[in-house]
Amino acid sequence: MVKRKLVLSFPEKIVTKSITYKLVKEFDLEFNILRAEITPNMEGKMLIELKGDKTRIDEAIEYLTRTGVTVQEAAKDIIVDKNLCVNCGVCTSICITQALTLDSKTRELKFDKEKCILCELCLDCCPVSAIKVNI
Amino acid sequence: MSKTIEEINEKIKKGKAVVLNAEEIIDYVAEKGVKSAAREVDVVTTATFSPMCSSGAFLNFGHADPPIRMTKVWLNDVPAYTGLAAVDAFIGASELSESEGMKYGGAHVIEDLISGKPVKLRAISYGTDCYPRKEIETYITKNTINQAYLFNPRNAYQNYSVATNSSSKTIYTYMGKLLPNFGNATFSTAGQLSPLLNDPYYRTIGIGTRIFLAGARGYVAWYGTQHNPGVERLANGTPYESAGTLAVIGNLKEMSTEYLRACVLRGYGVSIFMGIGIPIPVIDEEMVEFLKIKNEDIYTEIIDYSIQRRNKPSYGKVNYNQLRSGKIKINGKLVPAAPISSYFKALQISNVLKNEIKTGKFYLTNFVAPIPLDEKYRDLGILSKEEL
Repeated sequence: MVKRKLVLSFPEKIVTKSITYKLVKEFDLEFNILRAEITPNMEGKMLIELKGDKTRIDEAIEYLTRTGVTVQEAAKDIIVDKNLCVNCGVCTSICITQALTLDSKTRELKFDKEKCILCELCLDCCPVSAIKVNI
Repeated sequence: MSKTIEEINEKIKKGKAVVLNAEEIIDYVAEKGVKSAAREVDVVTTATFSPMCSSGAFLNFGHADPPIRMTKVWLNDVPAYTGLAAVDAFIGASELSESEGMKYGGAHVIEDLISGKPVKLRAISYGTDCYPRKEIETYITKNTINQAYLFNPRNAYQNYSVATNSSSKTIYTYMGKLLPNFGNATFSTAGQLSPLLNDPYYRTIGIGTRIFLAGARGYVAWYGTQHNPGVERLANGTPYESAGTLAVIGNLKEMSTEYLRACVLRGYGVSIFMGIGIPIPVIDEEMVEFLKIKNEDIYTEIIDYSIQRRNKPSYGKVNYNQLRSGKIKINGKLVPAAPISSYFKALQISNVLKNEIKTGKFYLTNFVAPIPLDEKYRDLGILSKEEL
């Protein structure tokens, strides 16, 4: 069992096809759509986390590519620079998935990468610019 | 049973003073009672670490040769006020850089000076017989200039309202980023650790009180601007809204960036996280009654920052326990709440101050004059001379 975060880009001509469904049916994968957006006259984009057998994931990626979906590893990461962070916690009310929380005992800011969906809402709310995107 | 500051200082000198922070005193009183606390505990340390825009530093650069009577001055491109004597200036924390805008400001200059970094000084003048030079460009550090002291006109607010946003768009305020449709709420005091919430009627904190100011020994210089002690209060003395304030002073050269940090509130501007610690002498039982307050005993009002008027609608009151839980109810809806004030840092400062007192490095002071209880805040009217 492995987990991989991918960015899928759907060109206009295939946005109506049910593609993600096949990931479950054909490749026995669990998926979690972290973000998805479709804009008029543009391609659809989806941040997805796949969970399953390593080779089945590779096969699924091959299938996606064949269908016309562009597959990229989610290369971005949100990082919290602990040297800059003052642990005020103002970012915790912005974070939809509660990846950023204040520890009730130590009062320190905690960042749970697993919960982060890379929405980037937190980026411009940090008063000391401790939250950054790592590309 | 009551104690004088002199008696407490005598105990500090002998290394026998019992010092607790404002969090520890809560459990102590709950366990041993008010009478015992008044007898056994000598000092309670309070602290806060929050953005406090009304801060700045007076600097004296020394004279160049030939000398200049500076009429305009910039530090790393941030304008400083120099309508004073020839080489005196005041750099305000929230002043913005003329080249970098909101990315860098007076607060960053102050932080750079504290960390010993070189700062570019540029000044111009009209030239006089005694000060012939008309311009200067040079570099300074805190060690090359004469006096450098913070003189903050308004710090350590006694309570502050919670900010939220009822509108349909994200707004950027001095209380941080506020998401649409009550998407979040922010608040900005240390609650049970906060200095003026632990001495609500200024019985021990007054003009001349020695304090911990960003790592240096500082003093309460005056009551702060917008000091407004007459607001509605709870029986425990704490006000429902922003009330008292302090003007504080301290040597920049002794400060540490551990306890003072420049910050940028996007879309609003530059501000400065000020770390302030104030020791409160346990002079009597009445003082313990004030010091024992905890987050759930302190209330503040939820204010709608999307209304661009002086008077903004209120959505009722919440206590700091609810706020610290991370969720509050506004109009029946659960809204994520977060502090813009670092409790972690406040706790750290209260403990540093506690250890300094315990080890005889910090002595308490009697104030020289009390902070007024009858001062009132006034709004600014837009009036002709005749209407005044």
